Amino acid sequence: MANDVCFRNNHLEKPWTLDVYQGTGGYEVWRKILKEKTSPEEIIEQVKISALRGRGGAGFPTGLKWSFMPRNSAGQKYIVCNSDEGEPGTCKDRDILRFNPHQLIEGMAIAGYTIGASMGYNYIRGEFWEPQERFQAAIDEARAAGLLGKNIMGSGIDFDVDLHLGAGAYICGEETALLESIEGKKGQPRFKPPFPASYGLYGRPTTINNTETLASIPMILKNGGQWFLELGKPNNGGSKIFSVSGHVNKPGNYEVNMGIPFAELLEMAGGVLDGRKLKAVIPGGSSTPVVPADVMMQTDMDYDSISKAGSMLGAGSVIVLDETTCMVKALARLSHFYYEESCGQCTPCREGTGWLSRVVHRVEHGQGREEDLDMLDDVANKIMGRTICALGDAAAMPVASFIKHFREEFQYHIDHGKCLV
Amino acid sequence: MSETKLHLITAESLADIDQNIAKYPVERRDSACMPALRIVQDQNGGWLTNGLMDAVAEYLGMPAIAVYEVATFYSMYEHKPVGRNKICVCTNISCLLRGSDDVVKHLTHKLGIKFGEVTEDGKFSLKEVECLGACVGAPMMAVDHDYYEDLTPEKIDSILDNLE
Repeated sequence: MANDVCFRNNHLEKPWTLDVYQGTGGYEVWRKILKEKTSPEEIIEQVKISALRGRGGAGFPTGLKWSFMPRNSAGQKYIVCNSDEGEPGTCKDRDILRFNPHQLIEGMAIAGYTIGASMGYNYIRGEFWEPQERFQAAIDEARAAGLLGKNIMGSGIDFDVDLHLGAGAYICGEETALLESIEGKKGQPRFKPPFPASYGLYGRPTTINNTETLASIPMILKNGGQWFLELGKPNNGGSKIFSVSGHVNKPGNYEVNMGIPFAELLEMAGGVLDGRKLKAVIPGGSSTPVVPADVMMQTDMDYDSISKAGSMLGAGSVIVLDETTCMVKALARLSHFYYEESCGQCTPCREGTGWLSRVVHRVEHGQGREEDLDMLDDVANKIMGRTICALGDAAAMPVASFIKHFREEFQYHIDHGKCLV
Repeated sequence: MSETKLHLITAESLADIDQNIAKYPVERRDSACMPALRIVQDQNGGWLTNGLMDAVAEYLGMPAIAVYEVATFYSMYEHKPVGRNKICVCTNISCLLRGSDDVVKHLTHKLGIKFGEVTEDGKFSLKEVECLGACVGAPMMAVDHDYYEDLTPEKIDSILDNLE
């Protein structure tokens, strides 16, 4: 029921070592592929059956993404892993890198083989020093064991991995900004199309997947797509790591089956802090719309259920807010974040995030004006859908949802110059 | 052509940069720009000078402006001196909910500096940062390469006492 996929070895001592990983069946799938030259179509079919969807937040079906790659075309192609984990509330990939780096390497190797890429890069955020050290040590171990490199195990197949460290920029979690960053530039998203599958890293066909997505691959192929699918539910296959943070007694990363009721996940995390009352939940990371307590308590944790509740599963980053939370202050902090992190490329986002941040800030500090709430809605609406990447939407959605569900708190700040809670 | 700045990069740093260049296709030396900036920043006690950025540009064969763009886009590159211990405090949502305001209050009071400042003895500098991806250990801070989680005033005191 729990810890079946990415965290399956976390209970063991030094689970990040090659010995422990191989002792629990690690690299068996990779060795089998090298020996039998499993057809890429067959691998993609299993990933499609598994209903694995991108774990970085967008939830795009992984098998479908892989099928877009022109794997038989000549020339270099790349698999890139996105470990630039930076969405506030999200800290699952850090634990995969620290505790199960070999499963990620195996997933990258399998992905590379499937899409015809002989080289993979893992983009790890620059602040993740311990995780990048573990990942680099795992690369070194895998190379020494002959699991990476040229003509691996005499198979005629080449595959190698290197890591690229970020240097502090949330926007690099956007896949084309990430590619720009590997190319040694500012992390500014590219206009799409062309999509990375046709024009990616160095202009070559590239697939970018999240850490948790790639680390799930070995288990999917070992146990079958159907096994993974049945851990979760139709269209929402597998298990998922939920980072539960904020006002709970036992914050933590919980790898559980997709579709678990939120109430059950909250209980695993020890319930609301100090027995207080639940006020609201941001279910998928700071960019996803906030959901009031009563709705959330009736919702299951999978893409489709959370979508019905008016929000998004995102990266599975569950931020719990109890009754003592000032929603104005919470939103002010989030809006400041997007203002800081906007790359400045698109006018609606560059200017709009500044407006959102400044106006929410003045409302919080008792200087709000009567027209401010309508203006915030207006600015949010004018950012939505008018930018190259999703950061603009990510800045707008919290504002729209906080005001929609907690308008009276914002109004109270404006009317009385102080907080309701 | 202005005079060379290459002498500003130590032999050790150059070797480290070369290792990074080797990760990318031969004609893609630009890709080593980010690691090179990190390496020369470390070499210089945690911050970049114009000379060091020019030297990186020269070594990688990039226009200086392209290196400046990178060095000013990413938040981990510093452009003025930092303390021997650079303390980065997360104040984003999960940390805020778990008391990062108190962490900031305690640190600024104890060190007598605000965000963006360095203590007089050069031992500590304080920086407010966005989410560092350790939300289940909130409130948290990073000191150079190390993360410290579930912070309390007592815990902060003992962490700082143990730093050189």
